Amino acid sequence: MVSVESERPGGELLVPTPVKIVVAGGFGTGKTTMVNSVSEIPPLHTEELLTEAGVGVDDVLGLEQKETTTVALDFGRITINPEVVLYLFGTPGQNRFWFMWDELAYGAIGAVILVDTRRLDSSFPSIDFFERRGIPFIIAVNCFEGAHAYEVAEVRRALDVDEAIPLVLCDARDRESSKTVLVSLIQHTMDRLDAMA
Amino acid sequence: MAGREDWWYDEAAGPLVRPYAMVRGRTRPLRPELHLVTQVRAMPSPADPAALSVEHLEIMELCRRPLSVAEVAAYLDVPLVVVKVLLSDLIQRGDVVIRDPSRVPQVPDRNLLQAVLDGVRGI
Repeated sequence: MVSVESERPGGELLVPTPVKIVVAGGFGTGKTTMVNSVSEIPPLHTEELLTEAGVGVDDVLGLEQKETTTVALDFGRITINPEVVLYLFGTPGQNRFWFMWDELAYGAIGAVILVDTRRLDSSFPSIDFFERRGIPFIIAVNCFEGAHAYEVAEVRRALDVDEAIPLVLCDARDRESSKTVLVSLIQHTMDRLDAMA
Repeated sequence: MAGREDWWYDEAAGPLVRPYAMVRGRTRPLRPELHLVTQVRAMPSPADPAALSVEHLEIMELCRRPLSVAEVAAYLDVPLVVVKVLLSDLIQRGDVVIRDPSRVPQVPDRNLLQAVLDGVRGI
């Protein structure tokens, strides 16, 4: 069933530049919901196999004896233009898979760290991760129904994040709201780039 | 005559071929530049289709339009590591091209960020 495509533009095929944004935060903060609300395709699911040591998979002989773990990844896609594609990756829930987090963060525009005010502490490991690696991030407070309405300043104080880190309120289910969050992150990354120049 | 209903296995029985059989036990990706979002695209037709496995051909079909490594893995429903090995085979054969890694900035530059910003605003 493999038919020949007529398209052969000047011998070289167009292969777009990929960019990515990581959506992090504790369990149940709305990571998949946010990816879902802005993705142009239903979120995709894939799996990586890791050895228990978390150093990646090596030869198959070793694999038979070591404990292997499956790390699930959910992601979405936004085609920016024919030459640029943006991917949104939710971080795997289990914080111990730092190996996978490193792969996700590699070359990323930055991270959106989702926070649920009822469980602020569940997002602390995510904040630590991106802070330590110097990767741009913003905090997005997912305003769940029934969650206390806190002042932005209160949340900032409770999370102990620097004034320079944008902190926005959002509804991860809402496409426009999630778009605004992504825009804030991209602008923050650009501001940091300008400040370094 | 054995009809489909006589088969003892079905979807619920799981795959009959374990993922590692597809790649003959190789699990180390041959191409280190294959990251999650690396874009891969199939050449209009494989040089020698008879030499390719069913999985290779499925990838060729999927990648008629550019896709990321992660998307190929998700659509084929196999672990990332398996897809990386299969893609490495195809790249080596010249059947699949990837974005020249030297042209991909490790961290997006300002122009790229501006394009992404405009793009996200426009969706």
